[in-house]
Amino acid sequence: MNHIISVMVENKSGVLAKIAALFSRRGFNIESLAVGTTDDEKVSRITIVVNSDESSIEQITKQLHKLINVIKIQKLLPEHSVQRELVLIKVNTENKSRAEILEIGNIFRANVVDVTKGTIMLELTGNSSKISAFEELLKPYGILEFVRTGMIACSRGKKY
Amino acid sequence: MSKISGSKMLLKCLREEGVEYIFGYPGGKVIPIYDAIYDEKKIKHILVRHEQCAAHAADGYARATGRTGVCMATSGPGGTNLITGIANAYMDSIPIVAITGQVSTGEIGTDSFQEADITGITSPITKHNYLVKNVRDLPATVKEAFYIASTGRPGPVLIDIPIDVQNALIDENTKAEINLPGYKPTIKGHLKQIKEAALKIYNSSRPVIFSGGGVVSSGAHKELTEFARLSRIPVLTSLLGKGSFPENDELSLMMAGMHGTKFANLALTETTLIIGIGVRFDDRVTGKLSEFAKNAEIIHIDIDPAEIGKNVKVKIPIVGDAKNVLSDLIKEYRIIRDEKGDAPRQEWIDIIRKWKEDYPVSYFTDTDSLKPGYIIEKLHEIVKDNAIICTEVGQNQMWAAQFFKCSRPRTFISSGGLGTMGYGFPSSIGAQFGCPDKLVFDIAGDGSIQMVSHEFATAVVNKLPIKIILLNNGNLGMVKQWQELFYNKRYSETLVRDCVDFVKLVEAYGGVGIRVKKKEDVEKAIKEAINIKNLVLIDFHIDPDENVFPMVAPGAPISEMMVLGKEKK
Repeated sequence: MNHIISVMVENKSGVLAKIAALFSRRGFNIESLAVGTTDDEKVSRITIVVNSDESSIEQITKQLHKLINVIKIQKLLPEHSVQRELVLIKVNTENKSRAEILEIGNIFRANVVDVTKGTIMLELTGNSSKISAFEELLKPYGILEFVRTGMIACSRGKKY
Repeated sequence: MSKISGSKMLLKCLREEGVEYIFGYPGGKVIPIYDAIYDEKKIKHILVRHEQCAAHAADGYARATGRTGVCMATSGPGGTNLITGIANAYMDSIPIVAITGQVSTGEIGTDSFQEADITGITSPITKHNYLVKNVRDLPATVKEAFYIASTGRPGPVLIDIPIDVQNALIDENTKAEINLPGYKPTIKGHLKQIKEAALKIYNSSRPVIFSGGGVVSSGAHKELTEFARLSRIPVLTSLLGKGSFPENDELSLMMAGMHGTKFANLALTETTLIIGIGVRFDDRVTGKLSEFAKNAEIIHIDIDPAEIGKNVKVKIPIVGDAKNVLSDLIKEYRIIRDEKGDAPRQEWIDIIRKWKEDYPVSYFTDTDSLKPGYIIEKLHEIVKDNAIICTEVGQNQMWAAQFFKCSRPRTFISSGGLGTMGYGFPSSIGAQFGCPDKLVFDIAGDGSIQMVSHEFATAVVNKLPIKIILLNNGNLGMVKQWQELFYNKRYSETLVRDCVDFVKLVEAYGGVGIRVKKKEDVEKAIKEAINIKNLVLIDFHIDPDENVFPMVAPGAPISEMMVLGKEKK
């Protein structure tokens, strides 16, 4: 099962490497990873999606806590949080398919961010399943490039 | 405002931390630090002959004294040579600070001469590490390093200092402030949990205490002894728990696990409640995990929350420092006992007494060959509680653990988690520096000692009167034992009868060698060695076929012990 862990860390060099190394050393696979600074410039927030069972996730959370640069860890439950990924998809339009692609894009509320003769680039945000559905629909037209960020997530309401 | 170099600042910071010794080895990228050491009055630098032994010596110093050990090496190979020592300290939660030189900040990442990414390499084997890129960060880094190494669950911390940072100037009075927002070890245990534990312990008919290295490192041996006697609960230990409870006490079951006593393993199998304190339920103790203590509930007291529930299911977890938690537990237990009287334990204690009588740790005595068990028993008889015993790794280590009955904490020093051959002698150097008035022994095998025999020089030069009890059987004995039992006696590369003359070897370094081949010479040789104020190696030619028993086969449950052919002594 996929678990979302949000890790607040000191914004120092080498911290991400320590976290990634910890996952590999303890035998866990990272499904997705997103790193960025927060409103406090000394703190970065790392959102990690990891596939594992309940007892393993507890162990990995405890091991993460032991890293000196880790300040706080939050397990985000899908039903109590908002999750988003961002994707850029460059699609082939050689076969006069641009209008159809735009229509699909509209349904998904994707933005057109680049158009050339023969290609169109769409930007979409959403949760994983929305992005996967979008990808499936565009596949028949020929996806030239596909770039997807790791998931970021934020708990709903006052809980933080 | 006067300015000093980063190197001088480093020494100033180390002095402020109360450092007495640096175990180290110079090299190109630490010359500025060694230049500062040249004028140093307070801290003594001990030159080892190989960096690995600097780390082991710092580790031995830390184990013997409870203070943080310090080692130092140059960049590249100096740092990589420290690694085994750092990993060893990490596995056994020993506080050391390792300082390495690094190529200058401008050269980092260019694969320059003697460059190695030592912070990257040591990430998984340090509690924390630092690369100091600016001299102004140096004082705070050193302060944090010592704080992290010695608090919470102790462990090694590495500080990597580029050579330009060593040379850069810094205001002498720069304040060092610890800023660790993510580091807050839990010391005090949760009182509700402790009360619940006290009641469960009181009501248990067959409880055992399983005490580990955490009890030694938190200095909780007095509290442990008080609690065990108050509640009349038998105590068994891990290898690193030796010394946390007097092994001559009637409640002591000595060491449990793969080569533990049969009575300890029987107790672990038959118990209904394990009170694990400062232990990590390591595979060398639990044996086959699915068969481990099937009828028992577990109370686990540990300072590291990640240890709780890692290997075994825990009924009552208590996160906190062993000393602190045990003090509270004693109070809570006493309240219950004062109200209800002593818990009925006599039946359990009688069962255990019977096991202890039936299955003593033993060796055959109806032979003329020299048995290691005999030598170590003699050693114990002569030195009693007044010595520090370091061990190498392998059969020698297990014999030492089985036959040397420890009564005091920090007197049995051994590489537990990593199982590092060649640990014993350098650690005895650290222990002897830390405890100059104590007798320090290294119980060694002929395989292990050859990994570190160059350190004889360090001992002799520094006039350390360490005694090496060499149990020489011409084998890499522990592996040979496994080959004998599980690999059809195919002794692949484990018979090392290569005729090293250990007496001459130690004499070449200026130490004293004594050779013993007969049982009747054992006592005399040990007494003679103790009276020599120099490094002494006693080369005991022991029975080459002697194995370590009892033994739990790898992967077997601990209830299934292979024992000595005839249980007698």
